[in-house]
Amino acid sequence: MLELIVISTLNGVLFGMLLFLMASGLTVIFSMLGVLNFAHASFYMLGAFFGFQISRWFGFWPALLIAPLLAGAIGAGVERYGLRRVHKNGHVAELLFTFGLAFAIEEIVQIIWGKSPVDFRVPPLLDFPAFTIFSTNYPAYKIFMLLVSVAIFAALLITLKKTRIGLIVQAALTHPHMVGHLGHNVGRIFMLVFGVGTALAAVAGVIAGPALVTQSNMAGLLGPILFVVVVVGGLGSLPGAFVASLLIGLVQTFAVSINGSLSEAFGPLSPAYATTWLADIWNVTVAQIAPIMPYVLLVLILIFRPMGLLGTRDT
Amino acid sequence: MRKLMTAAAFALLTFGSTAMAQETLKIGYIDPLSGGGASIGEVGLKTFQFIADELNAKGGIQGKKVEIVPLDNKTNPQESLIQAQKAIDAGVRYITQGNGSSVAGALSDFVTKFNERNPGKEVLYFNYAAVDPVLTNAKCSFWHFRWDANSDIKMEALTNYMKTASSIKKLYLINQDYSFGESVRSTAKAMLAVKRPDIQIVGDELHPLLKITDFAPYIAKIKASGADTVVTGNWGQDFALLLKAAADAGLKVNWYTYYAGGTGGPTAVKQANLNHQVFQVSEGIPNLDNKPSQDFEKALRAKYDFSLFYPRAVNEMRMLAAAADKAKSIDPVKVAMALEGMEFEVFNGGKGYMRKDDHQFFQPIYISSFGERTEKEPFDEEKTGWGWKLIAKIDTPATVLPTTCKMERPN
Repeated sequence: MLELIVISTLNGVLFGMLLFLMASGLTVIFSMLGVLNFAHASFYMLGAFFGFQISRWFGFWPALLIAPLLAGAIGAGVERYGLRRVHKNGHVAELLFTFGLAFAIEEIVQIIWGKSPVDFRVPPLLDFPAFTIFSTNYPAYKIFMLLVSVAIFAALLITLKKTRIGLIVQAALTHPHMVGHLGHNVGRIFMLVFGVGTALAAVAGVIAGPALVTQSNMAGLLGPILFVVVVVGGLGSLPGAFVASLLIGLVQTFAVSINGSLSEAFGPLSPAYATTWLADIWNVTVAQIAPIMPYVLLVLILIFRPMGLLGTRDT
Repeated sequence: MRKLMTAAAFALLTFGSTAMAQETLKIGYIDPLSGGGASIGEVGLKTFQFIADELNAKGGIQGKKVEIVPLDNKTNPQESLIQAQKAIDAGVRYITQGNGSSVAGALSDFVTKFNERNPGKEVLYFNYAAVDPVLTNAKCSFWHFRWDANSDIKMEALTNYMKTASSIKKLYLINQDYSFGESVRSTAKAMLAVKRPDIQIVGDELHPLLKITDFAPYIAKIKASGADTVVTGNWGQDFALLLKAAADAGLKVNWYTYYAGGTGGPTAVKQANLNHQVFQVSEGIPNLDNKPSQDFEKALRAKYDFSLFYPRAVNEMRMLAAAADKAKSIDPVKVAMALEGMEFEVFNGGKGYMRKDDHQFFQPIYISSFGERTEKEPFDEEKTGWGWKLIAKIDTPATVLPTTCKMERPN
């Protein structure tokens, strides 16, 4: 049992940190531009495919650096030449723009790399068990993923809280006009934030690509959960996104390892239910509904705390 | 005027396609070519194209060139029906599908209804891999033919072998959460309760179909349960990733599977270093001592970088040709009548037959294990150096199970 708890905690934290890498960019972009970027998970996918292609040519380590830069540059371009123009027509147009962009990116990826998964391998340097607890190996690559996410989280926090750029970004979040009047180029700040946000998603893509599956529907698989993270954490709140990412990572992992069902909990009280039309619901285990747990959380949060766990405004 | 032009253009197009359809025999291949099932869907498509090329080299079917029309259903029943309609509109009278019994159920239903409403334009549905028993029992259809052994037949063979493996003490079941996975888990439990009541079932898991990208949490659970053997009907990505996670965690158990040989499976087994610890029940493996099938295997491998995972697809296409020859027609109704009860020398050698009562094909079934090879096993898989070794052969008569099908035939 202890073994299961330790391993599940590790897996949950890892998945949570991966979610955070993406949600951090999404939530900052939202608070700044007021746009929920539907195409955000597509940049995660772009990161994975760029990472795959570049690691074919130059190896994994250059890919880890170049792929996010490339994706970030594309992201910045999308903001500068796409979103900014669409912005004139209001938020709905922006929303639709990012929505369409997500489909466009998916189609382009399918045209270039095909629809089936590509063979993106863990670099040989990291392809060994890092340690063994209770006779279960824990792969070194997963530890590496964890370290990269933690490092980026720390760097992001320091940049936002301690540097001059961070101060300006924070100011632009709430008072863009004032920041503009003070002589800063707000447009460029927005572009920078969008670029960095998408680059972070791409980092997540590069490191998750070899461990999970690199294929053209990976954005679609992760996108919805990303929105759950942002809503649960509180729209625009970075610490909120962090807490929510870890929470969802852990909830999903632990739900898988629980066998309990309604019939086990209440069965002895009324065994007759087991054979009625209730049987289907009665016998479903928690593990079986693990994938919908984040969405249950989303609904509960929206009902009881619409501003999110650490959010400040009621949106 | 414009309306007239459009109508004329449309009519031209339609006439064009009917003219084409008379020269070729089109087979609509409705399977996943994107998403989680794409890796096996593409292999299936190339396999069918290879078999079609082989038939065409011998003059096609009844003088008609065989053409495979690929249609992407994303492993989704609704999408499959749209694709089926699209295929029929393009002049297809034969559709084939294999991945996902949920899809198969929807297609069988669709084809049956379509044929009722469109006499004279009947469409046949050839199922090469969807193995939910219900398709040839309670929900059987005259227009559906299945070439793969159904799940119960496979489980019967697998449990007969497990009966003799005394090392099995604690068993874990992990399956995909849909009709087929449900059928594997319940049949396994029912059959083992009779054949090996001493086996303790320590876990019984259902997970979402083709949606999981990291099986680490499931592997941790299997490990914690203390199981020494796992039974799984997982296919495609769901098997490869399951074994990949097992390799990462260093889980060493015996695996009894339906589809370990699918794309990515052998690579994951090798990675997990499970030498002859992964068993598969199937209608054939490359390393059977049979010259025609070995020659076919060599030709296929020379052209593509995969091995033959679907001997049943070869049986299906060759039997279609044989049935058309027997009926002297490619009309679906006549072909269906010719197929009923037809006996056939199967791809891997031995007699098989299409049972008239339920349109289930019966054939020899093999149990094999994957690992290091001797000189008796010339073929490896996915460049791992390891290959399939024959463990047991079950002859056709021993695979026959009763059916509850009450077939409704057209008048």
